[in-house]
Amino acid sequence: MPTTARALTAASLLLLAACGGPETTAGADGPIAVEATDDACKVARTSAKTGNVTFEVTNKGTKVTEFYLYAPGDRILGEVENIGPGLTRRLIVEVTEAGELQTACKPGMKGDGIRGAFTVDGEARKSADADAALAEATKGYQRYVNSQADGLLAKTTEFVDAVKAGDVERAKALYPVARTYWERIEPVAESFGDLDPKVDGREDVIEEGVEFTGFHRLEKDLWQAGPQADTASIADRLLTDVKEVVAKAKAVELTPLQLANGAKELLDEVATGKITGEEDRYSHTDLWDFRANVDGSQAAVAALRPVIEERDAALAATVDQKFKALDDLLETYRDGDGFRLYTALGESDVQALSAAVDALGEPISRVAEVVSR
Amino acid sequence: MTGGLPRRRLLGFAGAGAALAGAGAAAGALVGGAASSERVRPTGAEAVPFHGEHQAGITTPAQDRMHFVALDVTTDDRAELVDLLREWTAAARRMTAGQEAAEGGAVGGSPQAPPEDTGEALDLPASALTLTLGFGPSLFDHRFGLADRRPPKLVELPRFPSDDLDERRCGGDLCLQACANDPQVAVHAIRNLVRIGFGRVRVRWSQLGFGRTSSTSTSQSTPRNLFGFKDGTNNIKAEDADALREHVWVAPGDGPDWLVGGTYLVARRIRMHVEVWDRTSLAEQEAVVGRAKGTGAPLGQLAEFDPVDLHVKGAGGEYLVKEDAHVRLASAEHLGGVRILRRGYNFTDGTDGLGHLDAGLFFVCFNRDTGRQFVPMQMALSTKDRMMEYLEHTGSGHFAVPPGVREGGFWGDTLFEGRSGG
Repeated sequence: MPTTARALTAASLLLLAACGGPETTAGADGPIAVEATDDACKVARTSAKTGNVTFEVTNKGTKVTEFYLYAPGDRILGEVENIGPGLTRRLIVEVTEAGELQTACKPGMKGDGIRGAFTVDGEARKSADADAALAEATKGYQRYVNSQADGLLAKTTEFVDAVKAGDVERAKALYPVARTYWERIEPVAESFGDLDPKVDGREDVIEEGVEFTGFHRLEKDLWQAGPQADTASIADRLLTDVKEVVAKAKAVELTPLQLANGAKELLDEVATGKITGEEDRYSHTDLWDFRANVDGSQAAVAALRPVIEERDAALAATVDQKFKALDDLLETYRDGDGFRLYTALGESDVQALSAAVDALGEPISRVAEVVSR
Repeated sequence: MTGGLPRRRLLGFAGAGAALAGAGAAAGALVGGAASSERVRPTGAEAVPFHGEHQAGITTPAQDRMHFVALDVTTDDRAELVDLLREWTAAARRMTAGQEAAEGGAVGGSPQAPPEDTGEALDLPASALTLTLGFGPSLFDHRFGLADRRPPKLVELPRFPSDDLDERRCGGDLCLQACANDPQVAVHAIRNLVRIGFGRVRVRWSQLGFGRTSSTSTSQSTPRNLFGFKDGTNNIKAEDADALREHVWVAPGDGPDWLVGGTYLVARRIRMHVEVWDRTSLAEQEAVVGRAKGTGAPLGQLAEFDPVDLHVKGAGGEYLVKEDAHVRLASAEHLGGVRILRRGYNFTDGTDGLGHLDAGLFFVCFNRDTGRQFVPMQMALSTKDRMMEYLEHTGSGHFAVPPGVREGGFWGDTLFEGRSGG
């Protein structure tokens, strides 16, 4: 799943792509030629208006070079690397506010480079920063993430203990419970690179040469293959990895847009993985994961709800209604503390669940835009 | 609609000669010993030469429709298989020229006999029909004495992470790719070839495709796939002879000799989760692909054909074309110079039973050495491509595509009769 952490940069890219039209042609707003040599960095124009600023960098030296545009404090606004001798490369930077910037060529691609002043004036083009309501939303959701992370650690510890004690029945009972906490905060957990496949990788998805570990490996041992020589050490590693996820999840800083995208991605997960019975193919406890993904999506939306309500009351009402419809439907598959097994569902059951997820997914997919207005 | 020769005009004509005379450029004559097929620009209705150094349907400007079929050989008799290839060749010669599958056709034979041609392409022009034949790895077993002629590069494809292959859509002793600008013409061709093969081959799986997703000629605009993105901007084009030599055609010394002038075809049926994709923000879609949806320009550039620049970073020093963006992972630069000739089609095959379209991309590519071209590319994509979130590979095939057919020759004669290709 795409991680939410990247959604924001994607948004600024969109502006880049969308605004790169006529204004980057010739004239005072046209591309700014940069002549880079081994000991000079000649920038044809050293001022520009806010908006898209385009540099055409030509390397007339003998060393491979780089070109940078820096904001104060050497914050990178844009750069082109690896410009070989004789090559011309383009850099389009969206500069959202006026200020004193710096250009830099870096012959040999090292050091601080050959600096030059670059002035940007004009109106700020950035939408106002998140207001108080949004700040409150992210704080509220962070509290949710923290509580789920605590639960994940506690229940995974119990699960791992049961696996190592050879108490198969207890381990089987704890498996979907521990996963519930994982699945609720999955988009956050997934943003930590290799931890996700280690904890939640499926045997058919992981790369050749990468060891099959984590929840699903233990699931296979418990339900299908029986205990293996390395089952205990796999269980230990799961706990180690989960501890790392928990520590990172508590430290992560989320934006409102990431919350909104996370809510959508959790439902994507349900639509492509849980609804098909692919996720828990040995235990068939897919509905536990299903429920947890929906919980997580609901929590993210709930945190954003005051903002959605204020900006698009109709969407807020629709989202509430579709969540309720899905909740009611899921409840009919309850079985004691848990849910019916996937294998006990008929075709019409799966179709009804799928339709309810799609019905919810559509309005949820519109939340991000409302939040980023 | 010019240049096409309606089948009806051929009714009652004694032989193929008269028809070919009318088909002009489609006569398929070799110009100076080289194929003219690479220099033909079908605009819709006319015929594409069947004969040539290479089979048509590879660098032919991609037609709009496709019917692909994989077959298993059911006879164990080598002579029967060779006879079938000869019969197929004769029918393919006729159909690609806009004629019926066999003399007598749909209505010219005995009223007491089933017609020689199934008839649904009567009155339709050639529609740039091309027919391309390939041999799968499973053909090279003990049955036909071909074990020692199997190309070493005709490998079994490895399992790629995230593959979700349905065995009923994989493999095959043979494949036939029919492409045309009219779906009825493509389906008619496959149907008649399958009919000729009854008792010797049986259909293993098949796929219909529409809306070519690649341009294989600089004369074509770049089409869009079902994600709504231009697909094939950086494809190898028919006009780029050097790239074709380097990346597509089997050369002398590549081994085996019978395959010189041929190539390898990889087919992958790729289901797209279009519903989930459609709920994804434009910014995220563009980040996944690495191009702007409207113009097709690489991120950080302005126009579709601006070179992809993988070394540009934006705010915070983040690559504009992300590390897991499709265009980065599939780029020749990222793969150490590897390129392939793509020739895929969109498909929709009803529903998945869960209220979604069973839709996607029927990916077809041609390359000179699948193990060194397609395989590393797909491995990079299936392990890192952010697009995999929305994709599922459900079918797969790998075939050795013999060189083009000479006048008087037949499909695969270099393999069965030992004539060298090239």
